Amino acid sequence: MTAVTFRHHASFNTSSVSKSDSFEGEKEKKYKMIAKDVTIKYGDFVAVKNITMKFPEKSVTALIGPSGCGKTTFLRCLNRMHDMTKGAKVEGKVMIDDIDLYDKSIDPIYHRRKVGMVFQKPNPFPTMSIYDNVTAGLKLNGIKDKKILDEIVEDSLKMAYLWDEVKCDLKKSAIELSGGQQQRLCIARALAIQPEVLLMDEPASALDPIATQKIEETITELKKEYTIIIVTHNMQQAVRVSDYTGFMYLGDLIEFDETKKLFTDPKNELTAKYVQGQFG
Amino acid sequence: MITSQQKRQEYRTLFKQNVEKRLIVDKVVRIIIFSCVIIAIIPLGSILIEVFKNGSAAISYEFLTAVPGSIGSGEGGIGPAIQGTLIVIGLSSVIGVPIGVMSGVFLSEYGENKLARTIRFFNDVFMEFPSIVLGIFAFLMIVLILGHFSVWAGAFALSLIMFPIVARTTEESLKMVPITYREAGTALGLKKWVITFRIVISAAKSGMITGILLSVSRIGGETAPLIMTILGSSQFFRGMDVPMDALPLRIWRLSLLPYDSAQLQGWGAALVLIIIILGINLGVRYYFARKKGNNIFGRLIKQGTGGKK
Repeated sequence: MTAVTFRHHASFNTSSVSKSDSFEGEKEKKYKMIAKDVTIKYGDFVAVKNITMKFPEKSVTALIGPSGCGKTTFLRCLNRMHDMTKGAKVEGKVMIDDIDLYDKSIDPIYHRRKVGMVFQKPNPFPTMSIYDNVTAGLKLNGIKDKKILDEIVEDSLKMAYLWDEVKCDLKKSAIELSGGQQQRLCIARALAIQPEVLLMDEPASALDPIATQKIEETITELKKEYTIIIVTHNMQQAVRVSDYTGFMYLGDLIEFDETKKLFTDPKNELTAKYVQGQFG
Repeated sequence: MITSQQKRQEYRTLFKQNVEKRLIVDKVVRIIIFSCVIIAIIPLGSILIEVFKNGSAAISYEFLTAVPGSIGSGEGGIGPAIQGTLIVIGLSSVIGVPIGVMSGVFLSEYGENKLARTIRFFNDVFMEFPSIVLGIFAFLMIVLILGHFSVWAGAFALSLIMFPIVARTTEESLKMVPITYREAGTALGLKKWVITFRIVISAAKSGMITGILLSVSRIGGETAPLIMTILGSSQFFRGMDVPMDALPLRIWRLSLLPYDSAQLQGWGAALVLIIIILGINLGVRYYFARKKGNNIFGRLIKQGTGGKK
């Protein structure tokens, strides 16, 4: 599993074709986030092996691969969520706007505010209303101005395509919403803290096709403003929503390319087999 | 040589027999369960009936408000005891609940280390301590040093009984809150204490309240530690540094007297104590049920622990 291709260096930015792994030669503006030599271990088990990946700004990058390939593990490290997991150890660098998220002097709390996250299962806070859910990240961080909060609630819910369905009933408990609405509420909640990057961990896997379609529309719309990284089991979904796709297998990044190329003309045999559905 | 079709037919008959057998087992198990419930309810029910039957005759306005009359006269009431019980329950809760809740939060949210495991172990041991031992401890620590019985000593002893219970139930209810809510909070850039106190605790509130009410019920009926600390009195509350009365103490004293009238008052006092504990439980539950009527998670916890009271 060492046949990792780094073709993406060339394919994203043809002006800076670089054979080496170095990041210095490239204009960082193009990339919102860069993961460099990331290895993640749970105790002795190595879940993610030495992955280097660059996420272009204002685009959707999909991570695909069979179950247990480490895509969710990798996604979570982009927000330092492994701090919460006992026994998890992350090596390497995750740069966001040229700041290493894993730098010891950095409090992850500041950077998590730049990075929003949407989880696999909708997880709105059960004791809070729709309004309180959206404002949770702001209110609990000390923003109390009702006017600002109201504005952000409307804006975030509109971006998540939920506003029209809930605008009359913002005081309703969040768990009274349907699963798809709850997930869009979680997207709104993530957007309310005004992040620049949005991480999505199989955001539609627990939803029916109609709710899935709505989430995908939301993603397509959000990409105009945000850098989105999405983990998905559903290859059609990757094709529909993403600009770039990384294929992971057993902790390795096998291939990373523009979505179109990766699905129509994969360079790696394993990738070809996977996207053709020969294993999974 | 039998064909596979015949074999399958045989299996079908076999499974059918099996089903009948299982249905019988199901019935037997159900009967056993119901009989056990009834066996458990009989003593509980008969105690309640007995207390109501004997106690209700003693209840009157004078009985509830007056100070005790002369011994054996059948006059006077349990006013000071009711007042004392309410004071001592309130004071112990003020001391015991915050300490218990904080310990529970520590065990649940920061509890993956040796220190927490040690604390958890001793907490469990502490929970099973005979209350008289805690009474003697409070006696030695406060009564002997200050040189007099006091309300403080009683509240201290009862809060020692209270906080292991509160800590344990708080820990258990917090652990029931799915990790995904904590993750969502973390991803929003919230600090750990904000996540714990504003999100996790609010989701676990109902379970925690059940634990607190359990501990209140427990201390409401404690007699032994109170003998060692607040001693008992036949006057209304006079200050924190002097003896005070409480219902369990009054029940104990009245029931030891050889007069029918005193024993009748004892029954009456027992009935009042049961009603007070029941009232606190129902009152608190009603208040929070109304406040958090739409909270499915809380309802689930309540369903899970509601029958334990």
